[in-house]
Amino acid sequence: MSKIQSTFAQLKSENKKALIPFITAGDPHPDMTVSMLHALVDYGADMIELGIPFSDPMADGPVIQRASERALANNVGIKKTIKLVKQFRENNTKTPIILMGYANPIEAIGIDNFVNLIKDADVDGVVTVDYPPEESKEFVSLLRKNDIDSIFLISPTTEDTRIKLITSQASGFLYYVSLKGVTGSSNIDIKQVAERVMNIKKYSDLPVAVGFGVRDSETAKQVALISDAVVIGSRIVLEVESSSQENILVNIKKLMDEIKKAIS
Amino acid sequence: MQAYDLPDAFGHFGQFGGSFVAETLVEALDELKEMYDKFKDDPEFLAEFHHDLKHFVGRPSPIYYAERLTNKIGGAKIFLKREDLNHTGAHKVNNTVGQALLAKRMGKPRVIAETGAGQHGVATATIAARLGLECVVYMGSEDIKRQSPNVYRMKLLGAKVVPVESGSKTLKDALNEALRDWVTNVSDTFYIIGTVAGPHPYPMMVRDFNSVVGKECRTQMPDLVGGQPDAILACVGGGSNAMGIFYPYIDDKSVRLIGVEAAGHGIETGMHAAPLTANSPIGILHGNRTYLMQNDEGQIIDTHSVSAGLDYPGVGPEHAWLKDSGRAEYVAVTDDEALKAFHNLCLIEGIIPALESSHALAYAEKLAATMPKDKIILVNLSGRGDKDINTVAKLAGLTL
Repeated sequence: MSKIQSTFAQLKSENKKALIPFITAGDPHPDMTVSMLHALVDYGADMIELGIPFSDPMADGPVIQRASERALANNVGIKKTIKLVKQFRENNTKTPIILMGYANPIEAIGIDNFVNLIKDADVDGVVTVDYPPEESKEFVSLLRKNDIDSIFLISPTTEDTRIKLITSQASGFLYYVSLKGVTGSSNIDIKQVAERVMNIKKYSDLPVAVGFGVRDSETAKQVALISDAVVIGSRIVLEVESSSQENILVNIKKLMDEIKKAIS
Repeated sequence: MQAYDLPDAFGHFGQFGGSFVAETLVEALDELKEMYDKFKDDPEFLAEFHHDLKHFVGRPSPIYYAERLTNKIGGAKIFLKREDLNHTGAHKVNNTVGQALLAKRMGKPRVIAETGAGQHGVATATIAARLGLECVVYMGSEDIKRQSPNVYRMKLLGAKVVPVESGSKTLKDALNEALRDWVTNVSDTFYIIGTVAGPHPYPMMVRDFNSVVGKECRTQMPDLVGGQPDAILACVGGGSNAMGIFYPYIDDKSVRLIGVEAAGHGIETGMHAAPLTANSPIGILHGNRTYLMQNDEGQIIDTHSVSAGLDYPGVGPEHAWLKDSGRAEYVAVTDDEALKAFHNLCLIEGIIPALESSHALAYAEKLAATMPKDKIILVNLSGRGDKDINTVAKLAGLTL
């Protein structure tokens, strides 16, 4: 059983929902990423999504775009991101880490090389935004061979036949994109999200996480009621961006506390 | 019937092309594929398309023998396919007419576009006005500075021009932003991509709509010279005008097909926009796999060209395939060479060419000099240079 699966199983037995914060590796500075990861765990993160900086993040809104630009300005790319996970693992072998990024950096270093590196760093899952199941068969089978979960996005426009295709390739959990748009977009329609999540569950026993439009504790609370996990991305990255360096962790803690309370 | 039949059903040209997009766009692309398949051979749709090309765009565009330029060089005869004479001033309009008619049939009231030089933005704004569609054009803020006449033109035509401040603030970033808009407004919006890039079916569809250029050449050249040309030259950024003129000639192996990329300050300086000539690695950007200017960790690197329309780090996947298969050749000319060809055409033939097309002209001059006088070179003069006069004046130290 993968760490992602066992974490979900454990939470389920306690009747709890997973909180999955997102930060971009190297933002605001590579020296801070590892301590931020540990802090997120202390503040109640059940798993963490770590963004791989990319020059052309087409599915991201302005907040995560700027995070990527800051990270790239610090020379943090895909290899450094994996190194940071490895450093985090020196003091945490339990919390699942999911890398989120785009296909080009992965192919640029080679998919075999990428999988070897993340295996060595004990990464648990990968979300590749622009790698639909049709174009990523080789990559997914390579991940599977190495017991790393392939996490796929399902969107409001995904039809049932595609949900079947996606769930046949996915493992760990399914990531439901709560709205039509980029990361950090405005308000989600919770009733519609609930219907879609229920529909996905007709086709798969995998846990369903919801993200892309969760901006406050009230939304997080509602999302937690109808899914297995809440992903908070742009809202946290916004704290990273707007806080002075010494206040980043304080402000993230405040946000995490509110959300943790709302979803438990 | 052509023997050449790429792409396959999933948009692959060999290892290139495909559809690498976020999940939200998959259904929209499936719908587009279905509708394009339905209409591309539909007599009524084609009749409307060709009616608009004739009466609104002014097709067929003539082929002109550049006799004085030919004599000056003293080699092969240089002919120009005059896409610069189209309504809106470039080949870009052929494709926008086709896609906008498709948008109308699909019941989409809003169209969006990315633009580099502004020609595709102007062409989209034009056809949107003609069909009564809402139009939003994304344009890098760097390009807005370089191409201000086209920005105002789009506004006159009722389009909203959104400056893009992310990344390198040029064409690739405009494409990213248009994709973000499309993801958000996918139900009521049709994305009119201007080049033979993007996810399937765009590279195929944009090529098909632009192939009217090559089809006309096939009938015009025998009338003019009694046969087909020995070589066809076209500039390549994303590569839409080149695919438009190359495509009907792919099976005709006696015709050399030569794509001319932007060498900027020179390939060796790294400041260029010539992924094919510079042997850039293969990568994935804007929904397709192709040759891509990137660093060793897959970050897209900044490009440079004097011409905004060629300032793109990738290239249409079909060009990547044509290069690998050896069917087409790819070369590059520098900013300075293109500018010299620009001035030559102004002074010798009385035609102000686009800076993009000037790259093809520059290579035509070089190539003609190496070929005998009975040989024929056909250059796709893909656009006119009115939009570039500020850039050219600035390089000459003048302010208009």
